[in-house]
Amino acid sequence: MTRPIAIMLTINAEPVTAMVESRLSLADFLRHQLRLTGTHVGCETGSCGACLVMQDGRVIHGCLTLAVQADGSAIQTIEGLSESGAIADLQAAFHERNALQCGFCTPGVLMTAQELLQLEGVPSREEIRDALSGNYCRCTGYQAIVDSIETTAQRRAVGEAEQPA
Amino acid sequence: MNKPLSRVDRPNSYIGKSLPRPNAKRLLAGRGRFVDDIQLPRMLHAAFARSPYAHARIVSIDVSAARAAPGVRRVVVGSDIAKLCMPWTGTLRHFKDMKSPPQSPLAIDTVVWAGQPVVAVLADSRAQAEDAVELIAINYEERDVVVGIDAALAPGATLVHDALGDNLAFQTTIENGAVATAFNDAAAVVEVDLRFGRHTPVTLEPRTLIADFEPGERALTVHHSTQTPYQFQDIYARHFGLDESRVRVIAPDIGGSFGMKLHVYPEDMAVVALSIIAERPVKYVADRGESFLNDIHLRDHRVRAKLALTQDGRFAGMRVQDDTAIGAFSAYPRTSAVEGNQVVRLMGAPYQLTNYRADLRVIFQNLPQTSQYRGVGHPIACAATERLVDLAAKKLGLDPFEIRRRNYVTDEMYPHTTATGYRFERLSLDQCLSKLHALMDYPALRAEQAQLREQGIHRGIGIATYVEITNPSPAFYGVGGAHISAQDGCVLKVTPSGDVQCAISVTEQGQGTETIIGQIVADQLGVDRERVRVLTGDTETTPHGGATWACRGAGIGGETALQATRKLRSNILEIAGAILQSRPDTLELADGKLIERETGTVRMNLGELAALVYFRSDTLPPDLKADLTVAQHFAPKGFPFAFTNGIHGSLVEVDVETGFIKLLKHWVVEDCGRIINPMLVDEQIRGGVVQGLGAALFEECLYNDAGQLMNGSMADYLVPMAGEIPDIVIAHVETPTLDTELGAKGCGEAGTSAASGAVLNAVNDALGPLQVQISQIPMTPQRILRALGTVQ
Repeated sequence: MTRPIAIMLTINAEPVTAMVESRLSLADFLRHQLRLTGTHVGCETGSCGACLVMQDGRVIHGCLTLAVQADGSAIQTIEGLSESGAIADLQAAFHERNALQCGFCTPGVLMTAQELLQLEGVPSREEIRDALSGNYCRCTGYQAIVDSIETTAQRRAVGEAEQPA
Repeated sequence: MNKPLSRVDRPNSYIGKSLPRPNAKRLLAGRGRFVDDIQLPRMLHAAFARSPYAHARIVSIDVSAARAAPGVRRVVVGSDIAKLCMPWTGTLRHFKDMKSPPQSPLAIDTVVWAGQPVVAVLADSRAQAEDAVELIAINYEERDVVVGIDAALAPGATLVHDALGDNLAFQTTIENGAVATAFNDAAAVVEVDLRFGRHTPVTLEPRTLIADFEPGERALTVHHSTQTPYQFQDIYARHFGLDESRVRVIAPDIGGSFGMKLHVYPEDMAVVALSIIAERPVKYVADRGESFLNDIHLRDHRVRAKLALTQDGRFAGMRVQDDTAIGAFSAYPRTSAVEGNQVVRLMGAPYQLTNYRADLRVIFQNLPQTSQYRGVGHPIACAATERLVDLAAKKLGLDPFEIRRRNYVTDEMYPHTTATGYRFERLSLDQCLSKLHALMDYPALRAEQAQLREQGIHRGIGIATYVEITNPSPAFYGVGGAHISAQDGCVLKVTPSGDVQCAISVTEQGQGTETIIGQIVADQLGVDRERVRVLTGDTETTPHGGATWACRGAGIGGETALQATRKLRSNILEIAGAILQSRPDTLELADGKLIERETGTVRMNLGELAALVYFRSDTLPPDLKADLTVAQHFAPKGFPFAFTNGIHGSLVEVDVETGFIKLLKHWVVEDCGRIINPMLVDEQIRGGVVQGLGAALFEECLYNDAGQLMNGSMADYLVPMAGEIPDIVIAHVETPTLDTELGAKGCGEAGTSAASGAVLNAVNDALGPLQVQISQIPMTPQRILRALGTVQ
């Protein structure tokens, strides 16, 4: 076993200092050390997308990133995106359209959706499906997810994003 | 029965409305509470040393280095645990002469599949437990391995279990009518020899549990990612010799189950035993590799079937041989015979067919166990039947729609009993067929197909009819001796402020159970649904019941809630009558208020009534029975099952150069009886369809001859992803069951049941002009190219 390493980073806009084992993944660090359990672990091989978080504004796999690699960066988890209100319209659209069932994949799906929606223009359904190609959902069959992202893109485009209920 | 359930002009008319799920907001905010999110004081973590061999004798185990590893608190072998846990056996009495050996949490003398747990390590962290597993030295003496169906049945075959004498777990024959005569007299016969790839559920949340044994009271609490907490309460109590009243199973948010998380796994029992040994909470989370190795697998079938036809395109008789391989043990407590049993009982079910014979063989092999998963047997029976029907249409020069219309059980025939003994109250086969024809715009699709063929584009159109078993009575498991409830229970309580709490035994895995139960209670009581809170998934706070499996949540759970609510409503009106000095039948509850039935005049709020009952009982008449808590149980008593039906359509394009299949569109017309929430039904159907599409094109656990899984990761095992899946169009026919007031049947498995059959027919329709066909799913590019003769 190696000696723990000190890391300093911001998580959901709050400064965090922690001692971590060098082998600890960012997802496990968030879940088990910081108790940010909204980030999920589904495959540990970067295939399923349940562990997606944002690092300096880009979506990354929490299972393929070591906690030590997050040193000095700004991490956003579902808890942060949710509490800041940044994805309130997206969450409302998912809720209205029932774009989730068990909800285990949902935080990762919302990360992908938010990154896609930050690009210019309204994506086509095909582009949405393509963007979701790294998010596995066993429950919904994806259609409601695509619908919700499409709806949010259209609402954002016309500047009429509804406030969440 | 089936009186109008709600007046649309009433303020609380919720049955039949698409309403979002109140409990989904938590999940959307990352505030779900799945089992791995729970950390208990002094909790230890379990990891397992597993057999690398599919069949071997354990010669010796050396755990000394593991015991000395950092953070390790216990290392436990099979004989340590066997003392605590009564072995389990996956047989049921109604499967006559079925056999399967007793199973223990950890292997003791021999291992019979690769991945079987042998030694358990408890440590302060999962990482430390896994480190210690690496230090365990187990010597094995390898034995011959049996994997294939034919090899397992061959004379002198290697035996998975020597004591059983052969590899046959169960066999049965169903015969009705004059089958031999039907085939002798047939104008034509079509036949299939179909292979179905063994696949696995791949729930995104893996199997997870925390067992927490409290030695002082000999009380056990298990936080368990399962859909059937009551079943596990019974099992943990019986197999560990605990009082059932002191065993509590809590199923919090569940990250997908689909049938996978209702079977007993060796790790479940080991973790409970470890908590009893350590007297501390123990957590185990299967990692993805362990999930592939040890979650149940399913649908490893070879179906050979023949259909005899008359000159005018009628089905004269059917013969079926289903051989299904189930791995090394039959699953507990539901067995691994149910899937095959349903295949041979559902073949040909939508059609007028009296001459029928089916033979089923359920076979052991050195692989993980197979058992029930969404659809249980239906997709196999549907694909095999519907393939035969399409071949018959082709042989007789009939359109696929026409041959089905000609042979369906017709409206005048209900109630109808199939050749295998299933009883249908009423189906809507013809209506669904007509509706699909219009929904697809079938003539336009055929015209487009013909036009594109001229350009060398190979499109295929396939349809597949299904009937589905829902609302099961005790005929499913109870009669076979399983402690699995066919009834459900509901307790309703009015709080002092007039809110309603509903504790019910059907469970939630995201399908919307809590939502629809809330809709039913609010609708039937006459309160805003925001004021109804539904509680599920805890054996200590909800009544005992079957929970959620086999499509029973809406049909049985919903009826339980409906009856409970009517009882509560009656109590409330009785109390209101006494308080308001009016006859109860002149009063009504609407929008949480007691009103005059005739005039609508508001007399008092439900909260005022409840406050009087709870805080000022001195003001009520002394003989008034003021019960604002009611309990209700309900079990189906009419038809043994409420059969549903429907039909799928699939449009595909086959690239004959690469063998790739593109799914262009999928349609479903289904009839699940009374629909409580159309949006949730549609999303159940869509999710189910996509699981069936996975089986059709992608999913297969590939094993080599040594019984080693070749694709046990999500990088290698293909699941349907957003990019490959088309939009799915859904329409409904509603034929409520008259066995209940609610009239609801199940819808959870309808999507999976016919999707693979429709795609199989569509791909064969595309390949038809090339004079080749495919008889195996998943239809991988390699198999398409093999069918085309492009590759060997």
